[in-house]
Amino acid sequence: MASLTINGRSYEIDVEPDTPLLWAIRENAGLTGTKYGCGVAQCGACTVHVDGQQVRSCSMALSEAIGKQVTTIEGLASEGAVHKVQQAWIDHDVPQCGYCQSGMIMAVAALLETIPQPTDEDIDLAITNICRCGTFQQVREAIHAAASA
Amino acid sequence: MGHAPQLNRRSFVLGTAAIGSGLALGIPFGGPTAVHAADGTLEVNAWVVVRPDETVVVRIARSEMGQGTLTGLAQLVAEELECDWSKVTTEYPTPGQSVARKRVWGDFSTGGSRGVRTSHEYVRKGGAAARLMLIQAAANEWAAPVSECATSKGVITHVPSGRTVTYGKVAEAAAKLQPPADVKLKDPKDWTIAGKPLKRLDTVEKTNGKMIYGADIKLPGMLNAAIKDCPVFGGTLKSFDDSKILGMKGVKKVVRVGESAVAVVADTWWHAKSALETMPVVWDDGKNANVSSESIGKWLQEGLDAAQPAFVGNKAGDVKAAFASAAKTVEAVYAYPYQNHATMEPMNATVLYTAEKCEVWTGTQNGEAVFAAAVEASGLPSDKCEVYKIMPGGGFGRRGMTDYVRQAVAIAKQMPGTPIKLMWSREEDMLHGRYHPVTQSKLIGAFDADNNLIGLHMRISGQSILASVRPEAMQNGMDTVTFQGLNASGEAAIGYTVPNLLIDHSMRNPHVPPGFWRGVNVNQNAIYLESFMDELAHSVGQDPLEFRRKLMTKHPKHLAVLNAVAERIGWTTPAPQGVFRGICQHMGFGSYVAAATEISVTGGNKIKIHRIVAATDPGYAVNPWQIDRQIAGSFVYGLSALFYGECTVKGGRIEQENFDTYPSMTMKEMPKVESILMPSGGFWGGVGEPTICVAAPAVLNAYFAATGKRIRSVPLKNHDIIFA
Ligand code: FES
Ligand code: FES
Repeated sequence: MASLTINGRSYEIDVEPDTPLLWAIRENAGLTGTKYGCGVAQCGACTVHVDGQQVRSCSMALSEAIGKQVTTIEGLASEGAVHKVQQAWIDHDVPQCGYCQSGMIMAVAALLETIPQPTDEDIDLAITNICRCGTFQQVREAIHAAASA
Repeated sequence: MGHAPQLNRRSFVLGTAAIGSGLALGIPFGGPTAVHAADGTLEVNAWVVVRPDETVVVRIARSEMGQGTLTGLAQLVAEELECDWSKVTTEYPTPGQSVARKRVWGDFSTGGSRGVRTSHEYVRKGGAAARLMLIQAAANEWAAPVSECATSKGVITHVPSGRTVTYGKVAEAAAKLQPPADVKLKDPKDWTIAGKPLKRLDTVEKTNGKMIYGADIKLPGMLNAAIKDCPVFGGTLKSFDDSKILGMKGVKKVVRVGESAVAVVADTWWHAKSALETMPVVWDDGKNANVSSESIGKWLQEGLDAAQPAFVGNKAGDVKAAFASAAKTVEAVYAYPYQNHATMEPMNATVLYTAEKCEVWTGTQNGEAVFAAAVEASGLPSDKCEVYKIMPGGGFGRRGMTDYVRQAVAIAKQMPGTPIKLMWSREEDMLHGRYHPVTQSKLIGAFDADNNLIGLHMRISGQSILASVRPEAMQNGMDTVTFQGLNASGEAAIGYTVPNLLIDHSMRNPHVPPGFWRGVNVNQNAIYLESFMDELAHSVGQDPLEFRRKLMTKHPKHLAVLNAVAERIGWTTPAPQGVFRGICQHMGFGSYVAAATEISVTGGNKIKIHRIVAATDPGYAVNPWQIDRQIAGSFVYGLSALFYGECTVKGGRIEQENFDTYPSMTMKEMPKVESILMPSGGFWGGVGEPTICVAAPAVLNAYFAATGKRIRSVPLKNHDIIFA
């Protein structure tokens, strides 16, 4: 039994310690906003924050997250509030199918923590999530909007 | 080689429903018997429910998968209904309800960029009829003539007296009225909701993790299944040793799925997948075990020979005679590979099967096809089956197929009463796609002594999608869809007049199953034709734009989009130092499209795309904002395909299993797309797919301008060409 802190709440999770954090979040904690896209750290759909750092949760073992603060898309903003990245996403109508967007938003939120006013180049380097619908043009607009919000 | 056509029961199941009623699809709205919506409110008609709190529920039969159709269709209904847009919400009727109500909502199929363009008329009529019924109900209450009543934003006004009533107040009375026999639709130039750049209706939940996709479905007592289908298409499952995994944590059952697959059912998907990976499985690879990309390529190459039998798609004059009299001929051979849709969310379906009922929850582009698949796979009558459409994480054509649904039903049938969520791993998704078909093309152009193009033969050799997916739609063995963008007329017509023309198809169907892949056949046809047009122009020392224009005088709409991108990119003014331009045009899915690019190339192989200008004439633009997004997104799909997209075949199976070997573009590779939306009216074209096809040729032609090298096969990674 492992105790995992997600979005400030503690979850008792009864799985093997090498279970990827992604599946502990989705299937054991029941928070399905974090998505599975590849399982091999290629797509970024599973991006969460672990102690404030963006992490591809499909490729981190649950055991590595014990004792740390895990934040998922459901906990990015405090209950009832909207994070500035989410707001920019809504204002710019970024999502198409939306499946990649939890990970995209989490990656962008982490970027803005380290670089509050990112240049296009900063964005290119930091945001490597795949979006098969191809929302990148709106993602870029919305990042700049969130940065100046 | 060859691909066995599957029996298609869908047309049977749905056909019976429609025929049995004697109702034609043209009849857009429900009968006079009032029907209750799920929440108990009486619906005004099949398309519109107005709740007492003034919420307007618009029914949407087509599937939203990110392309914005849901919002666009709601706009069209709301426009005619003249309701308050801020009160609009949407609801999917289920396929089971549709069959029970004699297909009152028409076709559910959402592919071929048809979501709006093939249903706009009857959904608008649904909105208009509902409005007339609401007015009638108000007029009855006031004992006033209908002609004295006006509507705006969900409020009916009796003009002479100034009395008003809201839709929600008269909706119940309206629901009991006889629907009007016919309605008049608004002129699109009077639109105030449709045609406007409105925001999507489904955005917020996609930003906070609340949107439920198929993969997120949870049902009480549900178990999870992971599956492996024989990696060699056409192979079968010989044996598996479940003794190795049955004791593993969470594993409940191991089941055979049809002839070729095995699934592990467990408490969680992670347990199911991990157990499946360790289980010894023996396949019988069958007769395709030696097929490779090389053997397929060789077979297709033989089909390029003009002597090989071929279906004729477009013909004018006499190419043979033109070639005989030509002063000069130019010839080139092109090739396009297999590609996977790689939707962001892998295929999945959740099924609850009991002896009395089979229920399916899944993301699909075609609820009715899933319904028919559930009926067939469950063996239950259609009134005992139901399908609930869930938001799909991308479709791109892949989710028009029902293979994964059939598998899920087959598993659930072996565990009656337990809901089963079957989810494919990314690897399974890559290995069991319905791939962009593989083709090659040989093109020969003939010039007279004055460098006029007098003849063009375009031979396509390769795979037919219809032969595999919809054999009943073939015409005397011919797959007309192969000629998308090359037809003499219609929704995918060629934009050039060449006096002696022959476009034909030597059909060769390898065993790798093809499917409709966003853009379908215009993708490769545009590369073939538009690259070759460039080759022809250069071969006679003419400007590629001017060369095209001379052949396009009888194709004004094709020409208009081409001219628009030429003007925006500044074709006639010199490009910046080190920057080179490419241009092209094509038509597909009822829309005219063109693109122009500016690129620079370093080291001969590193491409930087500085600008992309894309023009679209879709006839009518229902939501310019969303169309803009579809266009920008289509370049991501099209350029990913150009630079990276290839599924190679070895030992009868696909070699690429994940995004590490089948990459997709990211932010840093994304050029800015400037879209020009130029709806000219009078026709309805699609917007989800058309511009994909002009992405690649525009870049390839610019690459030639920059380097003098003509690239004739996709993807560019095979030529060592990469994004700078
Ligand atoms: S699922 Fe983790 S990076 Fe793709
Ligand atoms: S919005 Fe669909 S994959 Fe990004």
